[in-house]
Amino acid sequence: MSENGCKCNCAENREAMFADLAPVLEQYAKVPGSLITILQKTQDIYGYLSVDAINYIAEVTGIKPAKIYGVATFYAQFRLKPVGKNLIMLCQGTACHVNGSQLIEEAITEHLGIQDGETTEDNLFTLNNVACLGCCSLAPVMMVKNAEGDETYGNLTKTKVKQILDEIRERA
Amino acid sequence: MRVVVGQGSCGIATGAKKTAAEFERLIAENNLDIKVDVTGCVGTCYLEPIVDVYDDEDNLTRYVKVQPDKVEKIVEEHLKNGSTVEEQSISSEDEEFVKRQQRVVLRNCGVINPEKIEEYIAADGYKAIEKVLNSMSPEDVIEEIKVSGLRGRGGAGFPTWFKWNAAHQSAGKEKYLVCNADEGDPGAFMDRSVLEGDPHSLIEGMIIGGYAMGATEGIIYCRAEYPLAIKRLEIAMDQAREKGYLGKNIFGSGFSFDIRIKAGAGAFVCGEETALIASLEGERGMPRLKPPFPAQKGYWQKPTDINNVETLANVPWIIYNGGEAFGSMGTEKSKGTKVFALAGKIRKGGLVEVPMGLTLNDVIFGIGGGIKNDRQFKAVQMGGPSGGCIPAELIDTPVTYEDINKTGAIVGSGGMIVMDEDTCMVDMARYFLNFTRDESCGKCNYCRIGTKRMLEILERITEGEGKEGDIELLEELANKIKDGSLCGLGQTAPNPVLTTIKYFRNEYEDHIYNKKCTAGSCKALISYNITDDCVGCTLCKKNCPVEAITGELKEKHVIDNDKCIKCGKCIESCKVGAIIKK
Repeated sequence: MSENGCKCNCAENREAMFADLAPVLEQYAKVPGSLITILQKTQDIYGYLSVDAINYIAEVTGIKPAKIYGVATFYAQFRLKPVGKNLIMLCQGTACHVNGSQLIEEAITEHLGIQDGETTEDNLFTLNNVACLGCCSLAPVMMVKNAEGDETYGNLTKTKVKQILDEIRERA
Repeated sequence: MRVVVGQGSCGIATGAKKTAAEFERLIAENNLDIKVDVTGCVGTCYLEPIVDVYDDEDNLTRYVKVQPDKVEKIVEEHLKNGSTVEEQSISSEDEEFVKRQQRVVLRNCGVINPEKIEEYIAADGYKAIEKVLNSMSPEDVIEEIKVSGLRGRGGAGFPTWFKWNAAHQSAGKEKYLVCNADEGDPGAFMDRSVLEGDPHSLIEGMIIGGYAMGATEGIIYCRAEYPLAIKRLEIAMDQAREKGYLGKNIFGSGFSFDIRIKAGAGAFVCGEETALIASLEGERGMPRLKPPFPAQKGYWQKPTDINNVETLANVPWIIYNGGEAFGSMGTEKSKGTKVFALAGKIRKGGLVEVPMGLTLNDVIFGIGGGIKNDRQFKAVQMGGPSGGCIPAELIDTPVTYEDINKTGAIVGSGGMIVMDEDTCMVDMARYFLNFTRDESCGKCNYCRIGTKRMLEILERITEGEGKEGDIELLEELANKIKDGSLCGLGQTAPNPVLTTIKYFRNEYEDHIYNKKCTAGSCKALISYNITDDCVGCTLCKKNCPVEAITGELKEKHVIDNDKCIKCGKCIESCKVGAIIKK
C-alpha cells in the first residue's frame, strides 16, 4: 500500500513519517466520533490525505481503511491528491452562477491551463469549484488559500481575475 | 471619538482590513487619540467597506465604499477638524435600506464589536438567560416560545417550541442541543452574518434552549468554509465561560451547560437532521428513517434537539421582550421577522430583516432597489436547491410560509436570488439539478439515479439536443423522485425543475422545438452577429481565437457562425457595441 519507498510496512517507518500527526491522534484516537476531526487536522498538516496517512490513521485508531476512505470521499472538503501553494476556491453558488461565475472559471482555465480539481505544473495554483462562500452580494467571488491565510476577492471580472492571479504569481 | 470598520467576510472581501490598517497608520502618524474598532456586517453589503465614525456624544456618521485611498480625506477633514466628508457619506436613499427593516436577529450585527462580550452585555445581552435562571421553569420557557409562534428558520418551518418540548419530555439525563450552522443553501448567508457579527446571541439562545430541554451539552455544527465565523465563535465562547455564562452550575442555579464547535466537512445533505447526527458521530452523512425522531434517539442514541442559527438567535430577544412582542409582528401563521439574503441581479444586495407578510415587491423593489442596470425583473428563486422560481407576475405574493409554499417554492433559509431577462430558466433548473446530483448521498435509488437522469435531460435541452417528450419525462421523473426519496433533499430536489416548467414552459419549448434561448445564455443556442454600427476597426478579428471573423479595415466585418465557438471575445473587444448575440 505504501506510496513512497519502503514497502516493509514497519511501524517505525510510518511513525517517523507522521510525527506531526502524533499529537492529533493522541488527543482524538480514542474519542468516539472523531474521525472527521482527525481527517481535517491531517489535511491541515499535509495539505491532503495520502494513502499512507489513511493507513496510518487506521492503524492507530483501529478504524478500517475502507471506512476512512468512505468518509474522506463523502465530504467535499477532503482531497486525496496534493494541492498547489495557492488553492483557488471559486464560488459556484446560485448568486455567482447568475452573475457569470462560469466566465470566471473559463478565464482561470485559460490563464492557468488547469481545469477544476487540477494543479498547475509549477505547483503554484490548484483550482477547486466550491458550493458557496457566503459573500453572495459580491458575486462572483473566489477565495485564495495559502500559507499566509485566506483572502476573498469579490465582484470579479475576467480581466480582474487574471490580474489577481498574476499578482499572486509575482509575489511567489 | 472612535472609528468602527465593518469586518464581516463580505467587508473583508472588499478590502475592509486594508481600510482599517490605513486608519490606524494615519491616526498614529497624526498622534490622534482615536480608537479603531471592529464590527460585523450591517447588511448593506453593496456599500462595503463601511466605516462608522462616532463623536464623543456617540452621534454616528456613516461612510460607505471607503477604499484605503479614501481614508486620508476622512482623517484630515473629519477626525482632525470635525467636518463630515459629504461625498463619502451614506446617501439618504441607502439609509432607507436599513431604516425600513425591523431587526431582531440582526439587532447587533454591524453595531457591536463581536469579539467583546462587554459590548453584547451593554446591548441587553445575557439578560434573557438571567431572567430564565432567576424566575422561569423549563416549562415557562417553552410556553413563552410557543406564545411567540417562532418557527424553524432553517428551511422546514417547524414550530420551535414543539421540538423543545419533545426533547424536554424525553427521558434521560444526557441530552444534546445541536445548532445547525452548516449553511448549505448556495445563496443564503444570514447565518454567517450572525455568527460573525453577533456570536453571543447564538450562545445565549443555546443556553436558554439547553435549559428548557434539560441538555447539558451544546454542539455547533459549523461549515468549514466559514473560518472567520469559527474564530469569532471560539472567542465568544471563551469569554462566556470566563464570565460564568457557560460551565458548571451557572450562577448557582444548579444548571450546567457548555458548548463545543464541530467543523462540518462540506455536505449539503447534512442539513437533514439525521444526516447531521451521523456526521457528528464521524460517519458519512447519510439520513436514516424517522421515527425514532432525534428528540427521542439522536446523537449517540440520546435525546437531541437541532435548531438553526437564526432560530436560536431569536430566542434571547423573545425571552427578554416577551413572546407576545415577537408574535405581534408578522402574520397569524408566520410570526415574527425573517432575514432574507438578497443577491443575484439586484441593485442593493445584502441582508434584510423584515416582519413576515411583506410582499416580494416590498422586499425586492422597496428595500432592494429593484434590478441592476434597469433590466426587467423576471423571477426570484427562493429556498435554494429545495425551492423554486417565483415569476414576475406573482410579485405581490406575501412572504409567509403558507403563501410561498402555494407558489411551489419554499421560504427555506431565506435566500432570494433575483433574476432578470438575461437569466435562462432552463439553465437555472440545470444548475440546481447539477448541485443536488452532486450532493445526493446515494442512499435512495430515485434520488441518486433519478437526479442524474434529470440532469442529463436538462443538459441535452440546453445544448440544443432536446426532443419531444422531454418535458413530460422530466415531470414524470420529478414526481417519482419526490415519492421515492427518504429525506428532504430528494423529496425537494425536483422543485426547481417543476416550478420553472410550471411558470416558464414556453422557455423549455423554445429550447426544444425552436432551438432558441431567449435569455441568450445557452451557448449552443445563440449566435453572434455584427451590425451596421461596425466601423471596421479590426479589433474583433484580431481577438477571435478561431479566425471566424473576416473583413477589411474600415469595412463592416462578418462572423462565420460555422467556425464561431461563441467565446464572446469579440463582444468584449468591440469598442462601439456593434456585436450582438441572440
